[in-house]
Amino acid sequence: MARKVTSRRMAIVTVVAWAVGFAIFFPILWTIITSFKTEAEAIASPPKFLNFHWTLENYITVNERSNYFRHFMNSVVISVGSTLLALLIAVPAAWSMAFVPSKRTKDILMWMLSTKMLPPVGVLIPIYLMFRNLGLLDTRTGLVIVLTLINLPIVIWMLYTYFKEIPVDILEAARMDGASLKSEIIYVLTPMAVPGIASTLLLNVILAWNEAFWTLNLTAAKAAPLTAFIASYSSPEGLFYAKLSAASTMAIAPILIMGWFSQKQLVRGLTFGAVK
Amino acid sequence: MKLTNAQALLGACAVAALSTAATAETITIATVNNGDMIRMQGLADDFKAKNPDIDLEWVTLEENILRQRVTTDIATKGGQYDVMTIGNYEVPIWGKQGWLMPLDDMPEGYDVGDLLPAIAGGLSVDGKLYAAPFYGESAMVMYRTDLAEKAGVTIPDKPNWDQIKEAAAAMTDKDNGIYGICLRGKAGWGENMAFITSMANSEGARWFDMDWNPQFDSPEWKATLDGYLDMMTNYGPPGSSSNGFNENLALFQQGKCGMWIDATVAASFVTDPEDSTVADKVGYAQFPNKAGMEGTGHWLWSWNLAVPAGSTKEDAAKKFIAWATSKDYTNLVAAQDGWRAAPPGTRTSLYENADYQAAAPFAAMTLAAINGVDTAHPTVQEVPYTGSQFVAIPEFQGIGTAVGQQFSAALAGQATADQALQSAQALTTREMKKAGYIK
Repeated sequence: MARKVTSRRMAIVTVVAWAVGFAIFFPILWTIITSFKTEAEAIASPPKFLNFHWTLENYITVNERSNYFRHFMNSVVISVGSTLLALLIAVPAAWSMAFVPSKRTKDILMWMLSTKMLPPVGVLIPIYLMFRNLGLLDTRTGLVIVLTLINLPIVIWMLYTYFKEIPVDILEAARMDGASLKSEIIYVLTPMAVPGIASTLLLNVILAWNEAFWTLNLTAAKAAPLTAFIASYSSPEGLFYAKLSAASTMAIAPILIMGWFSQKQLVRGLTFGAVK
Repeated sequence: MKLTNAQALLGACAVAALSTAATAETITIATVNNGDMIRMQGLADDFKAKNPDIDLEWVTLEENILRQRVTTDIATKGGQYDVMTIGNYEVPIWGKQGWLMPLDDMPEGYDVGDLLPAIAGGLSVDGKLYAAPFYGESAMVMYRTDLAEKAGVTIPDKPNWDQIKEAAAAMTDKDNGIYGICLRGKAGWGENMAFITSMANSEGARWFDMDWNPQFDSPEWKATLDGYLDMMTNYGPPGSSSNGFNENLALFQQGKCGMWIDATVAASFVTDPEDSTVADKVGYAQFPNKAGMEGTGHWLWSWNLAVPAGSTKEDAAKKFIAWATSKDYTNLVAAQDGWRAAPPGTRTSLYENADYQAAAPFAAMTLAAINGVDTAHPTVQEVPYTGSQFVAIPEFQGIGTAVGQQFSAALAGQATADQALQSAQALTTREMKKAGYIK
């Protein structure tokens, strides 16, 4: 009897989970479907779900008009570069906060997080001027630096949470065996925290890939990533929904595929330490 | 010996090619995503053929992103762009600030005198042209001739608001999904406020009196908002508070609107048989006015090309602007895509061209609409500002959008017309005080 109830509950939970999942995924699915429509079909009312004339015309137009590969490469360099740089800074920072905390560690962590509460536009002009003076406008180096700084608080927080789960005794044992601080972090801590570091890395790549304020405002032609590629197909005066959908699909496809393959890591990392 | 000569010749050619490549100057052009601008990018090979020493780099962005982007760059002298696409809202403000280079030395044969006076006037400061118009638009009524005939109504060439309301009532057939009138309702200074400000102009209302005091408490503004809400509530499509240009375009193209009052540029979209189901059933009339009152809505918008002050590539940038806004460019578009595709609303010669008149049935009404605009006197009352469907002061973007939100809320039924006007008056007064216009 108890088993029956559990199955029914399981079924309900499964259905609800699928429904929620589908609802979340639906806008992406709709974008992908729209990308295969003509502009006239894209605005048809009532909307056409599958019964329309499928066409690759939008993808052809987008490829003719824009240099997708250049935008794509910029996105890869910016997101991977900023993630690696952030990890390089965050691992030692999180180690120090997790294993040798001071009286002010919690305050520092909160302060770092509070920087995320500032609306980015509030510092646009100072950062723009600094970038102009340093010659960093429209460069991938500039974007790597700014995205590293923006995502650093989240990366440190995530790593700090994972490191807290690692028993300090193991590190102490390493120290007893004569491991230096460098060896302790590289050979003992990092291997044990691989799931956490991996999920932090993946999440940060996704965040950097999707970042659409700084990447639009600090670039022009050379360093513009896929966010600028999408923005070039949106228009308040003229119907470009099908082409915009094609551009969006091309922009999200790489990160979607990456997320798909690494979802196990992502979920494991995000729920690490959540259930004891 | 022969071989040596050939080698020498090849070597010389290679050096020449390399030196051309080395000396080629690249100009970066920031532009908006719309059909005319995309066509220009497609035709840029013609410019490169005529100017092999100039390379073009395009940055195409959605217009609101572009506006934010180029404003940041020009205000900080970032120098990221050599040619900027900006609206006639920015040109006089930026021109006065000294942010743009005057275009008073355009190449011979450019024919500045051929530019439509209303458009050129909006791009000049103290008689100097600061940007060259790429395409221009005013606003007009587009209506379904078949629905008007079925409903037994005639829409005159110069209708008044009473006639528009009557026609909207007669054409509305909600059971069959047909709404008498479609207007912008989405909040934004360039969205619903473009239309409502024009309607207010035609009703004799003004944004500010001569001392910069907001005028939303005037009977003219009350008549404007009451009239707008009345038409939209009774004869407009559902959910119209979130409809902008594109949403109304889609509705009209699918045959769901009896009338649509919006930018003249829409005429070429609704008559395009590829996208529009009503392409051969569209009639045109001027922007309505108040019965017995002269003047129209004075809607005027143009997308223009300008060179930011301090650009190190001024000559190349001006060469490009002269090419893109010339008569020859119009001919090039016509040869490539037909006269209907020619960028409208900038040159008198286009409207005198018989081929264009034949290909674009909306040409005469577009020209009449643009020529009817006077940006120095957008309404019958005296005003301290210039402008048309906007007020040409830097603060207008923020204020216009905030007021637009109040009016959009009234359209959605979240506030009454009186409440929306009171809020608009209060917030505009506050912002104008903050900006130092009033004490």
